[in-house]
Amino acid sequence: MKIAIASGKGGTGKTTIATNLALTLANTGKTIQILDCDVEEPNCHIFLKPEIESSSPVTVLIPKVIEEKCTGCGICAEVCEYSAIAVIKGKVLIFPELCHSCGACKLFCPEDAFIEVPRELGIVEKGKTNGIRFVHGLLNIGELMSPAVISGVKKVAGESEILILDSPPGTSCPVIEAVKDAEFVLLVTEPTPFGLNDLELAVGMVRELNIPFAVAINRSDVGNEDVKEYCKREKIEIVLEIPDDRRIAEAYSRGEMVIHALPEYQKTFESCWTRITDLHENALQAGQHVKAATES
Amino acid sequence: MKIAITSDGEDLSSKTDRSFGRAKWFILVDTETDAFEAHSNEQNVNAAQGAGIQAAQNVANLGAEALLTGNVGPNAFRTLSAASIGIFIVKEDMTVEQALSEWKEGKLQETGESTIEGHWA
Repeated sequence: MKIAIASGKGGTGKTTIATNLALTLANTGKTIQILDCDVEEPNCHIFLKPEIESSSPVTVLIPKVIEEKCTGCGICAEVCEYSAIAVIKGKVLIFPELCHSCGACKLFCPEDAFIEVPRELGIVEKGKTNGIRFVHGLLNIGELMSPAVISGVKKVAGESEILILDSPPGTSCPVIEAVKDAEFVLLVTEPTPFGLNDLELAVGMVRELNIPFAVAINRSDVGNEDVKEYCKREKIEIVLEIPDDRRIAEAYSRGEMVIHALPEYQKTFESCWTRITDLHENALQAGQHVKAATES
Repeated sequence: MKIAITSDGEDLSSKTDRSFGRAKWFILVDTETDAFEAHSNEQNVNAAQGAGIQAAQNVANLGAEALLTGNVGPNAFRTLSAASIGIFIVKEDMTVEQALSEWKEGKLQETGESTIEGHWA
């Protein structure tokens, strides 16, 4: 099963839940793979401390103009949806960091004056930790196109019984790239007005993608009851509640796993997983997300 | 010669716009006759990215040889430079008319580099 841990709001505890869930399940003898898809700021490695075994660059193709062939007609700039090309005084200017590698400039050039050259956006690293197979991506500083690196992370991943994706926060392109082929999404939130607002956005996203999902509430005893009331109203299951426990914050600040510092939480994550698999099973029987399930 | 001034409104008494790529209007002035025309930059105000590049191309296509604005980013600077358009920085709270007369008196500083970082940074 491929499960994505996502959230509308950042800093709600995606990584805490993804890493502790991975280790809990590995401890029960399942083959686990964790993919840190938050390539702008990956942090699963801080807690899981994997031994990195291989590293590979992620490249995309960007256009390069062959000046002898170019007539400066400007069609490439016109068809570029992303303003990554300007034609000034018959000369083509390319802005690589804005390019989405769609290939329209090359396709529409009447003089066939473009070639495509690789450009490195980041790297993907692969390793192991405590029996968990670990993959994460690192987007180079100053780069914009994180979906390409996220896609690179997913390509490097192998087969495993359970695949846990730690998604970037938000509801924009990088998040869609991370969660789109997941079979289940766990949306992490906190019981605050910000947490609720961004949860509603994230719920809208997973409903649009038609992926079965549930909610985890972190620091569940702070704030107010609005998130729970919202979930009840929307018939969304809350499969995990982690209290605002100072000992968890202290373990986190030292880069320690919750289930190492507080072994009683192993049971919490185990029962959360049981509820997730039940919900996933129900969704499959109800015919939800048959497309992604058969694709994967 | 023609010069372009970023503006909040459609005439010479409008305030200059601090932004270049996402300015509301470009006032194009013919410095020989002082005749002016206003060009809307609406297509770029809400662009997802590349507003500076598009705006620079548009200003170049209007035939401007100088630009009076508050700030330019690196991509706008590169595009404007390729078009050999001089970039002059106007101070805050200036009307288009004031910016124009300061430029004519040689009081505006020409910039040889971008004045702000790219907006994605």
